[in-house]
Order: sequence, then C-alpha cells, then structure tokens
Amino acid sequence: MRLSRWLARHWVMGVALLVLGYLLLPIAVVAALSVNRPANRLSYDFHEFTLDNWRNPCATSEMCDAVLRSVQIGFIATVVATTLGTLMAFALARHRLRGRSGLNVLIFLPMATPELVLGTSLLTLFVAGGVPLGFWTIVLAHVMFCLSFVVVTVKARLAGMDRRLEEAAMDLYASEWQTFRRITLPLVLPGIVAAALLAFSLSFDDFIITNFNSGTTVTFPMYVWGAAQRGIPPQVNVIGTAMFLIALLLVLTSTLRRGGRRLRNP
Amino acid sequence: MARDVPAGDLCLADLTKTFGAFTAVDGLSLTIGQGSFFALLGASGCGKTTTLRMIAGLEEPTSGQVLLGGRDIARLRPHKRPVNTVFQSYALFPHLDVFENVAFGLRRRGIRPVDGQVRQMLTLMGLDGYERRRPAQLSGGEQQRVALARALINHPQVLLLDEPLGALDLKLRRRMQIELKRIQTGAGITFLHVTHDQEEAMTMADTVAVMNAGRVEQLGAPAEIYEFPATAFVANFLGQSNLIAGVVAGGNGGDVLITAHGVRFSVPSARARADRGPVYLGVRPEKLHLVDSVDQVPAGSQYLTGTITDASYVGVSTQYLLRAGCDTELSVFVANSGTQRRYGPGDRAVAYWNPQHAFLLGRRADEDEPSTPVLDEPVGAARD
Repeated sequence: MRLSRWLARHWVMGVALLVLGYLLLPIAVVAALSVNRPANRLSYDFHEFTLDNWRNPCATSEMCDAVLRSVQIGFIATVVATTLGTLMAFALARHRLRGRSGLNVLIFLPMATPELVLGTSLLTLFVAGGVPLGFWTIVLAHVMFCLSFVVVTVKARLAGMDRRLEEAAMDLYASEWQTFRRITLPLVLPGIVAAALLAFSLSFDDFIITNFNSGTTVTFPMYVWGAAQRGIPPQVNVIGTAMFLIALLLVLTSTLRRGGRRLRNP
Repeated sequence: MARDVPAGDLCLADLTKTFGAFTAVDGLSLTIGQGSFFALLGASGCGKTTTLRMIAGLEEPTSGQVLLGGRDIARLRPHKRPVNTVFQSYALFPHLDVFENVAFGLRRRGIRPVDGQVRQMLTLMGLDGYERRRPAQLSGGEQQRVALARALINHPQVLLLDEPLGALDLKLRRRMQIELKRIQTGAGITFLHVTHDQEEAMTMADTVAVMNAGRVEQLGAPAEIYEFPATAFVANFLGQSNLIAGVVAGGNGGDVLITAHGVRFSVPSARARADRGPVYLGVRPEKLHLVDSVDQVPAGSQYLTGTITDASYVGVSTQYLLRAGCDTELSVFVANSGTQRRYGPGDRAVAYWNPQHAFLLGRRADEDEPSTPVLDEPVGAARD
C-alpha cells in the first residue's frame, strides 16, 4: 500500500531520470574516452587512465587546424546570420509588409528542407556560378541555413514584447534611437543571444551541407568523419568534452547570475 | 528642448482621427484650463483613449490642432512635448529597477545629477527602500505609484492618465483617487484623466466631459452634469435615470407641460432642454420617494402608482423597481436611514417627486430606447 503510493508519487521523477541518462550517456562516454590511452588505433575500449590527451590536444596538427577553421566559420556565420536575421525579424514583426504571411512561410522552408537537398542545390548553384569552393562557400552556406533559426527565435521574443514600453519611453523624452538602445534592444537581447548560440552550434557541427560545398577545406566534423575510417585520435574526445564543458559553463553562469539577482532583491 | 513652450491652457481645436472608414474622434474641440483636473468620460471605443494618444503624440491627428499655451504641438514627436503619460497597464520597464524607471525621463533630458530628485520623488510616493526592486516584484498599487512618479518627476505641463486605477481593487482605488487629487492640487499640473468609471470621474475631476462616438455630449462640473444632463446618453451613462417618453403639451407660466400617455406632468422651463415635440421626462432614482398611498404625497409633487417588483438591499440604500403600468418600471433608491418603511415585492406603492428635480430632454420621434419606461395607460397625475 505504502509502496504503491510512493510509486504513484515518484514514477514521473523516475522516468525523467531515465530520459536524462539517455541524453547524457553518450557525452559521458566521450568524456571517459578523452582520458583513455587506447590499446591500439582502432580500439574504443577503456584501456588506461591518462591526462596526456588533455595536456597535448594538438598532437594531430590537422585536427587542430580543422577545429580552428570550424570556429572561424562558426563565428563569421553567427555574426552575419544573427545581424541579418535580427533585422529580418524586426521587419516581419514591426512593419506591415505586403505578403507578410507568405514571407513567414518562406522563412520556415529552409528548416523543413532536408539538408541533402540544400547541400546539392547549393553545390549546383556555386558550380554553375563559377564560384570556387572553399572556406567562403562554407560560410555562405552556413549563413543561409542559420538565418531561418535566428529569424524565428528573435521574432518570438519581439512578439512577446509590449509595444507600450516603447511608447512610454518616447513619452519620457527618449528619441527613436534612445528608445531602441535603452528599451527595445535590452528586452530583445536574450532572444538575440539565444539565436546566436543556436546559430553557432548549428554551424559548428554541420556535416552534410558543408561536405558538398567545402572543396578541399576540412572542418572539424569532416575531419572526424575522415578519421573514423583510420581510427579516431583520442584528442577528438578532448575537443568534444571541452565543447560540452564550455557550453555547460555558459549555461551555469547565466543561471547563477539570474539567481544572484533574485537573492539580492528578495 | 521641451521646456521652452510657454505654460498655459491645453486646447483641442476641431481634432479628428479616422482609422480607414472608422471615425474615432470627430471634430473634438475642448479647452482644458491650466492646473485643472479634467476627466474624459466614456464607454470603451468612444474615442477617449485616441484623444489622449493624440495629445501625447503617440497618434497623429487626421486633422485639427492640439494647442498648448497657444502653440500647436499636434505634429511634434512625443519626446518633444512637455506632456507625460501614466499608461493603463503602467508600462514600467521590466529590465530596469524602480530607481532607473523613475530617473528615465531626467536622464533622457540630460539632467544630472538625478539622485536627489529621484529620492525625493520616491519619498513623496512612499516608495523609500524600493529603489533596487524590479517592477515584477511590486504589487499593483506600488507599480501604479512608480508609474506616477516616473511621469511626475519631469514636471510636465500636462499629465495624461489613461485609466490608471483600472487594475486596482476597490479599497486601494479609493485611496489612490484621494492621493491623486492631493498631488494634483499640490503640484499645480494640468491632469487629463481618461476613464469609463463615472464615479471616479466625478470624485476627482473639476470638469467632466462625457464622450460618445468621438464627440463630447456634455461638458461641465460633475454636479451640473449629473443634476441636469443634456442628452439621454449622458442621463444614462452618468448614474441612472428614469426616462419617460412623452410629448410637450404646452406651457403654463414658468412650466413646460408634458403629456405621457394621457397623463399630465410639468417641469420648470429652466430644467427643460426642449419646449416642443417628443421629449423624455427624466427623474433620478434617488429623487423618487415611496409612500403607501396617494394621500401621503406632499402638495406640489407629481407621482406614479404601481407595484414593487424587486427590492435589492445594498447596505447604504435599498433599490426598488416599481412597475407602474404595463412594461413601465421605475428605479427608486431609498436611503436606509431607518425612518422609512421597507417594501417587498408585490406591495402597492406610490413614487413621487418634486418637479424641481425632474428634467426634460429632447427626443427624436422614432427614438425609444428599450431601457426607457414606456407608459401605455394612465397611472398617475399631477397633484396640486
């Protein structure tokens, strides 16, 4: 009797923990392998604990070049896509454009299209246009598929914002520019930051579209895919774990900052 | 910038605003004296908020002028006007704390330092110690005071209030009404208050303008409008009225005689808005008195006999419905002073009134509102 009641009360929690485990187990494996000294090149078993991989992540210089290239591409694509996407979101949310609903559908289209289709059609476009494949075609492709996500994310934030706040600011002697800088931008910023993070992670790990449009340029996902044929160097796991830890750190700081503010003002 | 406009009256001259085919404000002309407390009263959609937004600069007039101290400000950007607004939902900046919300206007005008002024204003509003709180951490009443402080600290020439008390509970509302009135008297700022709450308008304002369909129906001191409304709309919007449809039958010295379904009534001509044709004879429910029989009606009064159909006890008074003839119900408020007999449904009673308290309004021949009592049989007579 008591057991069944305990179960009734806690089973949802149990399911939640199982799902969490399902989500995090692969990452735990990557973290474990990052401190592993494999028995041979093609072994994925935990053999021996070592910090060598962390001490020397760039043992394979090709890999570090690829990581650096991916970060560069991700950074440029993020800045461009976030800027253009934010402007687009403002236009769609604030101005009564003709054919606005049609535009909204068009914005969603790239998200719904299989990457394979986007990749091949971009390749066709670049080849037909005589554009040499390489670093910049990858950037162009990444900006393109990140844009939709940025527009949708920022637009959602804008839609939830009360127009009267801007009217109140103008009523209190703020010019249009001051209203944007003091009221609109700070209120929409969380949406823009979220969109930028989303864009970066989309760009950083994209493989399919990149593979079509990269020419001889190698990004980190492409390097890992190539290396998998010959045996992945353990440093790949170091990069993977480091990326995860950086993301975790970012989330923790923002949560703590918000929590701290709440503590100061009970 | 905004400060060099000479102080003075706020005049709206033939102000019109249309949205497509819909006319929200229709040739509105008003003069609001410097330092007065003016209320724009009307149902939602009557154009009162649009009027306010045109004065604030948040809406551009289709035509007409907004004159402040003789200068037309109708086409100035909102931040160039010496006018501040307390918004209906307060519109406090959620990402700024109370101090920064209140300091916002001063900072935008480049006034430095702001510390002393902001603290003084917070003290005046009873908001000491709230400086670092965010709007989300405040109660409705506190938010309202922050919104008021944020506007008042700029010493605007005109303060616009857009139903600022709508979200508060009754008790807090009464307290804020008194506080607002006190602040207005002290600061000497022109207050323009938009509301649909007739009681609030009458409590606070020196002058009330009743708006309907983009036009002002009547303008005057609260008591003036209430005691002698100009139109049937005003009579029903501002408090309740019993309106009896009739026709003017002639004059008798200083009186206008009315026939309502065969029965004669009279109203002093000073209280008649019409002296010929179809009219409404109006009497406020609290101006009606109830007695058991016609013998008890004092001389000089007029009366109607009927049956009580409903009695609602509301504490301070009892509100009766008196059926006087078919489909004719009069509303009667009797103060619960303890000296009056209480009636119940089914009791016969006579409602009488002093003709000095009645009023006469013009009526279009085809006009007969469903809420208006219709007399279709002789039920009473003038008694002299």
